[in-house]
Amino acid sequence: MNSLKVLSIILIAFTIFAGITVPMAPQPQSIFEFPDIPGLGETARIIFFHVPAAWVSVLGFLISLYFGFKYLRTKEYNYDIKSVSAAGLGMLFCVLAMVTGSLWAKFAWGSFWNWDPRETSIFILLLIYGAYFALRSALGSDEIRARLSAVYAILAGLTAPFFIFIMPRVIGGLHPGAEGDSSGSIPIAQLKMPLNMYIVFFTGLVGFTLLFIWLLNVRIRAVSVEHQLLIKDQ
Amino acid sequence: MNYLFAIWAIVAKDVRSELRLRYALNALLMFVVTSLAVIIIAFQDSELNPEILSALFWIVIFFTAMSGLSRIFVSEEERGTILVLQLVASPSAVYFGKLIFNCGLTLFLSSAVTLLYVIVFPTFVIQSLVIFICTVFLGSLGFASASTMIAAIIAKAQAKSTLYTVLAFPVLAPLLITVIYATALSIQGDIWSNSIPQFQIMIGYLCVVVGFSFLMFDYVWKD
Amino acid sequence: MNRISITAVDIAKSFNYRTIFRDISFSLLSPSSLTITGKNGAGKSTLSKIIAGLISTTKGSCSYTLNNKNIDIEVFKRYIGFVSPYLNFYDEFTALENINILSRIRTMSRQNESRAEEILNLAGLRQRRDDPVGTFSCGMKQRLKYAFALLLNPAVLVLDEPTSSMDDEGIEFVRHIVRQQKKQGILILATNNRKEAGWCDKEVHLGMKKG
Repeated sequence: MNSLKVLSIILIAFTIFAGITVPMAPQPQSIFEFPDIPGLGETARIIFFHVPAAWVSVLGFLISLYFGFKYLRTKEYNYDIKSVSAAGLGMLFCVLAMVTGSLWAKFAWGSFWNWDPRETSIFILLLIYGAYFALRSALGSDEIRARLSAVYAILAGLTAPFFIFIMPRVIGGLHPGAEGDSSGSIPIAQLKMPLNMYIVFFTGLVGFTLLFIWLLNVRIRAVSVEHQLLIKDQ
Repeated sequence: MNYLFAIWAIVAKDVRSELRLRYALNALLMFVVTSLAVIIIAFQDSELNPEILSALFWIVIFFTAMSGLSRIFVSEEERGTILVLQLVASPSAVYFGKLIFNCGLTLFLSSAVTLLYVIVFPTFVIQSLVIFICTVFLGSLGFASASTMIAAIIAKAQAKSTLYTVLAFPVLAPLLITVIYATALSIQGDIWSNSIPQFQIMIGYLCVVVGFSFLMFDYVWKD
Repeated sequence: MNRISITAVDIAKSFNYRTIFRDISFSLLSPSSLTITGKNGAGKSTLSKIIAGLISTTKGSCSYTLNNKNIDIEVFKRYIGFVSPYLNFYDEFTALENINILSRIRTMSRQNESRAEEILNLAGLRQRRDDPVGTFSCGMKQRLKYAFALLLNPAVLVLDEPTSSMDDEGIEFVRHIVRQQKKQGILILATNNRKEAGWCDKEVHLGMKKG
């Protein structure tokens, strides 16, 4: 665990440092320069933070789903603790992703929110998280709460992916990589980022993931202790 | 065969109960009429283009469904009849019975809204009738299936009606967007092959939600 | 006559991390009878619901056999008559409708109306069988519960608080049923009443803490 924490700090520190300080130039001369993408300019730096945050929020949801499923199978309350901890962190990172995303949108496209496919999807994810916690707070008994919120999370997890099929066809968008965008699909997926950006990006991705695991671990332990104290009182 | 009879018997019970008490039907009809009244007043002289008409159509259906479809489980919970139902029926029979009832209710609702729309809005002329009918049919079934499962989930919770809408929206959103788009296409008179992707999504959605609910209903229903 | 057995092995039930009872074991083979006793809140109703297959256990299990073959809980539920203060019928339907509709769902086939009328007469509800259950008094609702429980000649009868809300005639009726059931099937009673507890051969006592 400790090595994970240290690694996470190092990776994120590197990402922050490289992401912000490496200069941009129209025609990169060396590996210490990022290409200046027309239209994005310096704002492209946010990609190192925005995308990992979005990725972690989805990861949080998937982990929450997994533990919810395990709870339904085994009825062990520890799984529910893990599920809700992951969901809480996922929601936090979802908000971060939305905030960084809309800041970027303001500078790159002029307005904070545009309802383009990817923005809408992350918003729906936020609504799912919100609904999950609303459901949990409306249920009294521990066991019923664990059971029903796990079922809801799985239902939402099954219907959300439909957005992937709907969005590109139904609505064009401003988000890089949507239909009609001349620069084509996600730059990352098609490795249109040059190698040096790619490296910084991936360190950010891994760093954030490790950070998430660290935070999850702490949160699970905190909630478990709270729960133990609650049981002792009974 | 027997199992189907049990499902039918549960549907029959709910229909008989509904006809006697009329809670859901009244709520739904009142809601539809009220929403339409607001829309008519708001859009008095404006030209309503296909996209707007289509969106309004499904918004009315969505919120009306939210006000009425949870009754199917909430009324059982509130009256304490869940125990007797657990005693006499298997969980999946209960699920399918309630699902079929809600499907019937939603189809009735969407037919009513369609009729009222045709009467009230002269610009609501559907050029591709086949696309429209298929969309409304599949859309209603999709709405009913997701709503039924969520109704079962919130039956034991506090603040049921707001919670119901909060939970249902993220789950229904993909369906909502798809049917709005497909309905707009049908008003514009688009060709069948253009709406096939939409139908694939609607059918896929229906299969996923019903399949999931069938597998998971036991966890929600049994204590 | 169907020979049914119920075997409970180390059943425990917790609710919100409070253990209600644990290490409950017993074995019943028809004909036999069991009474569940304990103070208020000891979990008598919970245990009777567990035996009837309506609630799951936290630990341990209950298994059932029919004529020496293991059966699933969904099959077992068809052989039970269950009477409990927690059971409610549909207020908007008449007594006769409730019996018919519910037994139609249960037996998954069309119903013999005359049998329903007969059992309602037996339970003393002949006059009120076409009145909505919402207009019934507690005692009459209790009679209706018995009518529904006895409709199919259940091999297992589970009675939680058997004489609650009942008048003297009703109590006699219950005693008669109890005597019948003990001879031909399994009878399980959950009660506070010492006298009623004595109606059965075996006893399971639920205490707050073991020992």
